[in-house]
Amino acid sequence: MRSMKKAPIAALAAVAVLASAPAMAQQRIVNYYADFDAAPLAAMQEVIADFEKTNPDIHVNLQNFDHEGYKTSIRNFLTADAPDLANWYAGNRMAPFVNSGQFMDVTDVWTKNNLDDLLSSAAASMTIDGKKWGVPYTYYQWGIYYNKDVYKKVGVSVPTTYDEFVSNCEKFKAAGIDCVTTGTKALWPAAGIFDYLDLRTNGYDYHMKLTSGAIPWTDKGVRDAFAQWQRIQPYITANNAALDWQDAASLLVQGKAANYVMGNFAVAVFKQGGMTDDTLGFMPFPTINPDVVRAEEAPTDTVHIPSGAKNPDDAKTFLAYLATADVQTKVNIALGQLPINKNSAVGDDPFIQAGFKLLSTTKGGIAQFFDRDAPAEMAKVGMEGFQQFLVQPDQLDNILDRLEKARQRIYK
Amino acid sequence: MAHVALTETRPKTWWRANQQWLTPWLFLAPGMIMFGVYVVWPIFESFWLSLFDWDGLGAKAWIGLANYEELFQDDAFYTSLQNNIIWLLLYLLAVPAGLAIAIFLNQTVRGIRIYKSLFFFPFVISQVVVGLMFSWFYAPNFGLFFKLIEMVTGKGVAVLADPNLVTYGIIAAGLWPQIAYCMILYLTGLNNVNPEQIEAARLDGAKGFRMLWHVVLPQLRPATFIAVVVTVIGALRSFDLVSIMTDGGPFGSSRVLSFYMYEQALSEYGYRMGYGAAIAVILFLIMMVFISGFIWKMLRDEKEGY
Repeated sequence: MRSMKKAPIAALAAVAVLASAPAMAQQRIVNYYADFDAAPLAAMQEVIADFEKTNPDIHVNLQNFDHEGYKTSIRNFLTADAPDLANWYAGNRMAPFVNSGQFMDVTDVWTKNNLDDLLSSAAASMTIDGKKWGVPYTYYQWGIYYNKDVYKKVGVSVPTTYDEFVSNCEKFKAAGIDCVTTGTKALWPAAGIFDYLDLRTNGYDYHMKLTSGAIPWTDKGVRDAFAQWQRIQPYITANNAALDWQDAASLLVQGKAANYVMGNFAVAVFKQGGMTDDTLGFMPFPTINPDVVRAEEAPTDTVHIPSGAKNPDDAKTFLAYLATADVQTKVNIALGQLPINKNSAVGDDPFIQAGFKLLSTTKGGIAQFFDRDAPAEMAKVGMEGFQQFLVQPDQLDNILDRLEKARQRIYK
Repeated sequence: MAHVALTETRPKTWWRANQQWLTPWLFLAPGMIMFGVYVVWPIFESFWLSLFDWDGLGAKAWIGLANYEELFQDDAFYTSLQNNIIWLLLYLLAVPAGLAIAIFLNQTVRGIRIYKSLFFFPFVISQVVVGLMFSWFYAPNFGLFFKLIEMVTGKGVAVLADPNLVTYGIIAAGLWPQIAYCMILYLTGLNNVNPEQIEAARLDGAKGFRMLWHVVLPQLRPATFIAVVVTVIGALRSFDLVSIMTDGGPFGSSRVLSFYMYEQALSEYGYRMGYGAAIAVILFLIMMVFISGFIWKMLRDEKEGY
């Protein structure tokens, strides 16, 4: 399959290179492999066009991959035929490539362009062993998206504490509405719920220690977080294990569900389903323990230079360009997400504004997301455990024992 | 010696001397090289890899049999193994079901060819499409199956979200094309059933089930053999439906060995090449039991001249 798929791509690439060769005899080429959806792709193409205008001697050759397929192809092309730039993610998700020497150290780009200050909110998640391994260009908030009409119909107000949230759930239940919806067929939506429960119950430092393997899964703090989960478990959409996250989104759109713990990318899906700024609401995940400093979840997307890059110098020029305030403003308005550069302007979409307010006032810390903070293997076992808890909450002890067994094996 | 006389007229080259035994090997060589490189070599490579801890990128670390030790304590492995056994047993239902439909369709009615093609249709469409159709069929809230159960019992059953039902739900989807496949094998077999024997049996008073069991089935033995072989192998390599319909979920309850191997070695959260290879080795050994059985039977039949 793979070889069949790759052959036409390689052929296309070859054709593209040949076709554009005569036009830029003097230009140096930067090959950039990415995994954009349609709208972000158009935005990035504009950025590249602008970049080429200011750097006429450099030509950026963007090769776009299917989003899911990219996650497996990156391993092949990094070792076999590395581009000069590649999309990836911050946090522990980039650790395998950093540790195996597939990504290039770009600390010099950071120091030369004062990025430690300009991109400070994402600096920690780009650092491994005291070095920077890429440049972040966008992130987005997580939180609870809710159906305002349903709130009105049932006659409850938007909660700020978890106790209020739970008591709302009882009222939604009485009205025949799922208080919380989710679709965990692809596992990760369940991790969003767990992350927030853990961040709100035990705080950012605890959550980071847990995902980095320093705290056992049988610890009391984990059990506390699951105890909070237990309180809303009966009000979460049944059969969510067979639903895609978009299926659950349509339940929210149709008013069959009230709340959805999701990332901001879901807004596009809600709006496609017919929701507007008047019917779709956003709230931060409510407070569980008032003594815990508020932390949020905001996954960061990044661009890296593979160590096999043939033209790392020009690639670094592009990274520095991508980090500038204006470029990040432009890309993120097109993406409908948040820029990382602190001098960038934020789009006037109310959800982006809400996210900006939320994240810029976060004192506790910003988590990347369970499957980026925890190593891949642990993420997989963990998210399966979360899904099982949603279906069989009485199996909690078995689940935690299994996760603990996995922790001891994975973090050696 | 006419033979000697003939060859004496031309000089005796090396090729001429060895041509007789060399030619068949030359013809076999392309196939054997391909088979060696793409089948035999990877088998040994898998054995070898299964002794390492390797993420596919960094350095390989020799860990001996540790992958197997872990595998034999891994609940997910036993779930997959158990599901494989369920698959194997239930998938074999395709053989009698295919036979039943074949016998039912083996008549000369106007338009029978259309009916035959319609029954064969599920086998023609891709497994991916079958998987998608059945996922919609089972889908909670709007699936036909879900709605039907809801109408009858008042509460719908989301087959693919239920860890106890999910494997059966996927097998049902797999049986649909597999029955069609067995049916077509039996239909061709039925064409070759000797009408004189049927006639003779009828004169002796055989009919119904006794006729089927003692007269027709023995003549269908080659078809039955092939049907069993393709069904057993189909059950063991069931991967596409699991991947399409549930991705192994909910929480891994519908995994089979081939899917678990893929998940550990190649999926987004996997890249434990050694562990995946260890699963592959176990799956290979299980398949070997069946395959050697089949080969042994084929060789025996050939000797006896069936």
